[in-house]
Amino acid sequence: MPQISTPVKKTLLILALTIVATFISLPNKIPLNINIGKIVFKKELTRPNIDFKIGRFEIKKSFDLLLGLDLAGGSHLVFEADASNINQEDLKSALDSLRDVIERRVNLFGVSEPVVQTSSFGGKNRIIVELPGIKDTKEAVDIIGKTAQLVFAEVPQSTESASFKLTDLTGADLASARVGFDQQNSGKPVIQLQFSKEGGDKFEKITSENIDKPLAIILDNEVVSAPIVQETISGGQAAISGDFTLDQAKQLSLQLNAGALPISINLVEERTVEAILGTESVMKSVTAGFVGLLMVLIFMILSYGWLGVIADLGLIVFSVVTLALYKLIPVVLTLPGIAGFLLSVGMAVDSNILIFERYKEEKLRRNTADALEISFGRAWDSIRDANIASLVTAFILANPFDWNFLHTSGPVRGFAITLALGIGISLFTGIYVSRNLLRVFVKEKKND
Amino acid sequence: MIKWMKYRFVYLGVSLFFLIFGAYGVIKWGLKLGVDFTGGAVVEYKFENNISTEDINKSLFEKGYPINSIQKAGVDKYLFRFPPLDREEKDKVNLALEEILNTKVEELRFENVGPSIGPELIKKTLIAMLLSTVVILLWVAFQFKSFKFGTSAILAMFHDSLILIGCFSILGHFFNAEIDFLFVTALLTTLSFSVHDTIVVYDRIREYQKKDGGDLKSLADKAISETMVRSLNNSFTILFMLIALILLGGSTVKWFAVALLIGTIAGTYSSPFVAVSLLVTFDELRESLKNRSGLFHFLKFRK
Repeated sequence: MPQISTPVKKTLLILALTIVATFISLPNKIPLNINIGKIVFKKELTRPNIDFKIGRFEIKKSFDLLLGLDLAGGSHLVFEADASNINQEDLKSALDSLRDVIERRVNLFGVSEPVVQTSSFGGKNRIIVELPGIKDTKEAVDIIGKTAQLVFAEVPQSTESASFKLTDLTGADLASARVGFDQQNSGKPVIQLQFSKEGGDKFEKITSENIDKPLAIILDNEVVSAPIVQETISGGQAAISGDFTLDQAKQLSLQLNAGALPISINLVEERTVEAILGTESVMKSVTAGFVGLLMVLIFMILSYGWLGVIADLGLIVFSVVTLALYKLIPVVLTLPGIAGFLLSVGMAVDSNILIFERYKEEKLRRNTADALEISFGRAWDSIRDANIASLVTAFILANPFDWNFLHTSGPVRGFAITLALGIGISLFTGIYVSRNLLRVFVKEKKND
Repeated sequence: MIKWMKYRFVYLGVSLFFLIFGAYGVIKWGLKLGVDFTGGAVVEYKFENNISTEDINKSLFEKGYPINSIQKAGVDKYLFRFPPLDREEKDKVNLALEEILNTKVEELRFENVGPSIGPELIKKTLIAMLLSTVVILLWVAFQFKSFKFGTSAILAMFHDSLILIGCFSILGHFFNAEIDFLFVTALLTTLSFSVHDTIVVYDRIREYQKKDGGDLKSLADKAISETMVRSLNNSFTILFMLIALILLGGSTVKWFAVALLIGTIAGTYSSPFVAVSLLVTFDELRESLKNRSGLFHFLKFRK
């Protein structure tokens, strides 16, 4: 039995990787329409998703490309926080709780995978909200920016007038509110409150001081409920019981969730894209990508002959591995992101071109196999140094550590991330993949 | 072998011409800044029928909605640019448009950017450029053990950025190309393109310096000869992708791809012809300053 050489083993490994990557990178549904004369073949192939159980573990992965707002449609909103009456030292926690409250409100809105993030730069504090699939930004902005003020207040019994003694427990201390049912007695709807840790401590203190007294919950200067405190409540959980109908309870929990914004905000930037426009952009980019890829493939064969074929194989491996990684990481693909990917396809053959040009020189002095090995070795220095420089700019554009003095916006980052990934993977395909393919190829030639 | 460096002042002259041309464009026409910088609103509409942009402009103005510009974007799509509009105002504009056109309008995209975004964008871009420049300068200087190499690479990089900006002032004036977020991205990508190519040539010079030695000028000639085909071929593959994107990729990324295209061409030119030319010139200047006779010779030559 002939022994399998290492390059052949590695090539088989590459082949296996390519097959897996191709499977992952295929779209979920592939319409097949074949018309040959009178024979019409029409079928839709469906790529199965991974969905199986091993013992208690369930592995489920759908392998769908995540599309950004500009492709899937949706709204990108930037709010500026008015932090003028907040101490510098409290600012960070105030902004964090602002983000939490907005996040809660956005979740009420029922969008899938919303993004809420803060960004502070040059004395300006911003909250960036991304709502995929939302068209009606007016409603979204209204819900996010609602200046409802939630506060808990003690009700002094002695005085006749209904003046409340406000506590320091506010909407910012509430982690969540939801509808539940009174299990012990009536089975009536109640509102279950969950406070943050600090909120829980405050609540414990307030309840211990107000046993058998009402505690008013005031939203927008309106008492929504004033339940009687029955005992000291520790642990940050409480339930408001009362004569609620289910609808009322839902309404109230919604209002409580909406809570109060610790800082007032106003909208400074808004971008809304219709899904139709996004779909069109995707189609156009895909066409452009295929045409460009084809030109590169042909160009490489015309310039380098059989070496070009190897480079083309490497480029195809590059394309499917990159797409598969987008799905696995996952990378949220935006329009500039697609441009970054296409650009990296053009750049991916660079390492091959460098090596092949070197090979032309070395070939004059050595046999094919040695010339190739030496070219790979010599070209590596240039490839490494040049690509590190490219990665530096990609890194600065992608801003992976969320540094506030750099761009934090989606489009620029989307582009940089795909470009950086492309550069990284092209090092693998341009060197490892094509080198092993060449070794196998050169050996076969020698054996002939 | 071609004596590339013999004509280095021709290359630098060509670059200077383009730089002056670009500077002229920037001074004469300025840069056409998009809403990302100036603040304002952009609405993309789709109309079933052809519209007369002049009529709409006039009618909307009469109704109290001044438009900055209307631009065709694709077969049946139009970009309307307004001063900052909030959502309610924009809904009113939509109603007004429906009244004018007597048909339903389809709104595809709405962007409204406040005036505070622009200055921040400029600041962040400058920081990003500065940071990239410093890191690249240090990296090149470290790799090639000489600030001469680093400085020449950085100057070639700035040359490419300035050419790109100059080209966009001209494209902006004649074809309404705008400076926006994506342009900034293209500008920063150009930096990496430029230095990527330069390093490949430098690397050859370094290799021969170690192996054969000799004066920098003849080493540079040899390195350029041997990297020229690679440099051109690599640019071709990138240009193929970008041209496909410009022609087929749709209106949103068209000018972005054009900016990257200009950056690629400038970057390909500048690596051998600007970076290496400057490197050789710096080297000769230093040599002639080192020995007085050389300086004297240099002065005599000038006379």
